Amino acid sequence: MSELEDFRASVRSWLEENAPKSIRGKVRDPALAYWGGRKTPLPFPEAKVWLDMMAEKGWTVPFWPKEYGGGGLNKEENKIFNQEMARLELPPPLTGFGITMIGPTVLQYGTEEQKKKYIGEIVRGEVRWCQGYSEPNAGSDLANIQTKAVVDGDDYILNGQKIWTSYGDLADWMFLLVRTDPGVKKQVGITFLLLDMETKGVEVRPIKLISGNSPFCEVFFEDVRVPQKNVLNRVNGGWEVAKALLGHERTMIANAFGGRVAPEKAENPMEAAARKYIGFRDGKIADSVIRDRMAQNQMDESCFLLTVQRNSDNIKAGHRPGPETSIFKVYGTELNQRRMELMLSILGPECLGWEGEGFEQGELDLCRVWLRSRGNTLEGGTSEIQLNIIAKQVLGLPDK
Amino acid sequence: MELVLNEEQTMLDQTAKNFIKDNSPITRVRKLRDDGDPLGYSKEMWKKMAELGWTSILFSEEDGGMGLGMAEVVLVTEAMGRGLAPEPFLGTVMLAGQALSIGGSPELREQWLGPIIEGEKALAMAYQEKGGRYDITRIKTSAKKTTNNYLLIGEKTQVLDGFGADAIIVSARTSGEDGEAEGITLFLIPAGTPGMTVTRQWRLDSRNVALVQLKDVEVPESNIVGTVGKGGQLLSQVIDQATVALCGEMLGGMSAAFDRTLGYLKERVQFDVVIGTFQALKHRAAKMFMEIELARSVVMAAARTLDGNDANKEILVSTAKARCSDAYILVTNEAVQMLGGIGMTDEEDTGFYMKRARAAEMTFGDATYHKDRFAALKGY
Ligand SMILES: Cc1cc2nc3c(=O)[nH]c(=O)nc-3n(C[C@H](O)[C@H](O)[C@H](O)COP(=O)(O)OP(=O)(O)OC[C@H]3O[C@@H](n4cnc5c(N)ncnc54)[C@H](O)[C@@H]3O)c2cc1C
Repeated sequence: MSELEDFRASVRSWLEENAPKSIRGKVRDPALAYWGGRKTPLPFPEAKVWLDMMAEKGWTVPFWPKEYGGGGLNKEENKIFNQEMARLELPPPLTGFGITMIGPTVLQYGTEEQKKKYIGEIVRGEVRWCQGYSEPNAGSDLANIQTKAVVDGDDYILNGQKIWTSYGDLADWMFLLVRTDPGVKKQVGITFLLLDMETKGVEVRPIKLISGNSPFCEVFFEDVRVPQKNVLNRVNGGWEVAKALLGHERTMIANAFGGRVAPEKAENPMEAAARKYIGFRDGKIADSVIRDRMAQNQMDESCFLLTVQRNSDNIKAGHRPGPETSIFKVYGTELNQRRMELMLSILGPECLGWEGEGFEQGELDLCRVWLRSRGNTLEGGTSEIQLNIIAKQVLGLPDK
Repeated sequence: MELVLNEEQTMLDQTAKNFIKDNSPITRVRKLRDDGDPLGYSKEMWKKMAELGWTSILFSEEDGGMGLGMAEVVLVTEAMGRGLAPEPFLGTVMLAGQALSIGGSPELREQWLGPIIEGEKALAMAYQEKGGRYDITRIKTSAKKTTNNYLLIGEKTQVLDGFGADAIIVSARTSGEDGEAEGITLFLIPAGTPGMTVTRQWRLDSRNVALVQLKDVEVPESNIVGTVGKGGQLLSQVIDQATVALCGEMLGGMSAAFDRTLGYLKERVQFDVVIGTFQALKHRAAKMFMEIELARSVVMAAARTLDGNDANKEILVSTAKARCSDAYILVTNEAVQMLGGIGMTDEEDTGFYMKRARAAEMTFGDATYHKDRFAALKGY
């Protein structure tokens, strides 16, 4: 016990001493998220220094194994570490698809050499990753990917196209699915590859979203050479890896949009908005419909978070994850969309601003965040596909 | 009341739809937006619409109009809604034009209605203030009487079609307290009047809306539209009509977004079949269809009760706006979802409808506002 308390004390004093003052208390500020890599601009001046200090201790991904650069913390220590980060309300020093998606997958399927290289790069925030799954004719039907990879000496030669690649323009590497055997069942002929985006023949074109930003891209491959050693798992064994990674992705999306545990002391942003835009009467939000919708939304959120907790308590107790995990992605994202729509109703006409005069920054931001939230039920597998999976795999309902 | 189009209405419906199809595809709105066009619409197009008679439908023959009704107006706005045509129909014809037509002095009518009907002049109605939500009586703009004039001070937000307008009718308080229906007066202020600043605002639907700031603006008594202190009543009468015109637009918009979605369900292949074969999508498409059919009926009915000055007209106006708000949002949300990644792109037109659905929802009161008003009118 005292060992853990020593650990807590040392984390606390180290964070007190080293965490930049400018980011303390800002755990929920999305503008402070640092995605690492060579092309990402620094979100705040000390971001790189802070990242390097944390990475040196392995605390960018504290629970990954120490031998590959992670923090090597056990469950108890990790919990303490998170509590200490939360105490100062510090945002994580690094985020991205490396930590949430490809990292865990490399740890599971990578060779020793691959783990050394890729996990280390991720922990140090040197490489930013993007996901090359979807293609124009392979969205929900992901196994239908057509990007071809043909062996040539030690390399594969890639030809084809990916689409909806989030941050393809800011990523240094891409993990992608390619067709290595066109002659067999769709799922069987797929290989999981790791590609340096600097390679000749890779072309990235940003696509503009309805929110006005361009976070996702089309990526074209013309005779792109990828060393055979960049295959993760075995050749034609990509589908299994793809699905494992999707599991990590869906957990990440569910947490990002559905979760969002607010620190106790901060006022809930929805309540603050209701106070400002609607006002209170006799201690109640003056509009009873909005009040009802807010209560519904917060109850939904509470039940959702309790389900997430029940799942993680189960896992901690040594049980296998139960069927409840299948609902996280679809419920979490739809909850977030309802939350956004409710925020629009609370702001009323003030939420309609796009830019410029007559609107406050928070109003302009909400409009864009709401529009972006419409993608939550698409990215990482649509709600319809998630519900199909629940019906079939969890409930055992037959296809035909 | 018969919910069917007569021969003339069928003709108007067809010409309006064809005109919009041929002259106002979404590419036009897209270009206006991308160019950051300050006016946000085309004066030339507005003139053409006037030549087609759209601007004159509602005005009396005495004022130079056709003396037709809302039943005809909603056919035109529905067509405009299909193409999201941004011309200043609401601000110029439905709000300012109708306020003048109902409450304007012979001189004001003489001066402004002709040019409105000709499509020569654009007008706007400044009634909304920040923080007032959907309540037109919650205004801080004040008008104080001097010897011969009124002195106006205040700020109006999101004034529809206000930027570049030749005149703006402003609601201001001449007596009473914030939130009271009595004591509001409407003043017509020509563009360029000293003390009035009009700044373009940019909303998600890129329509022409403006911030109107009034700093000691002097307005002669002769520019009062309607009666002193009774502007609130005139305004709500005009807004009820405008609401139904907007509902027509929303009906057109949701129909266009639905058509696009339906087409996509029949053409997009995943898992070796068109996605329209999946029951999960089929049933939702069928439900959207039901919502649109219901919306169409209530828009037609609301228009006709206004034309007949029926006792239940306000109830139907609120029913129409509540339903159209909910249906337009449902249809556009579902459209984006069913289009998949494409639905999230700016290149796809559906996003324009999704954005317009929100702006339309929050113009003249959202669904919650109108349900509340409905219940109040019903006496519960
Ligand atoms: C914001 C955003 C970011 C993204 N980022 C990435 C990324 O970084 N990398 C990447 O590879 N991809 C990314 N995607 C792509 C995403 O994974 C796909 O959009 C998604 O899988 C859906 O594919 P699709 O767009 O082709 O739609 P489709 O598969 O064509 O689906 C169209 C509609 O049909 C429905 N449908 C399809 N099949 C069925 C069925 N069997 N039953 C019922 N309904 C069905 C869908 O649910 C949807 O509503 C991103 C998407 C978005 C919106």
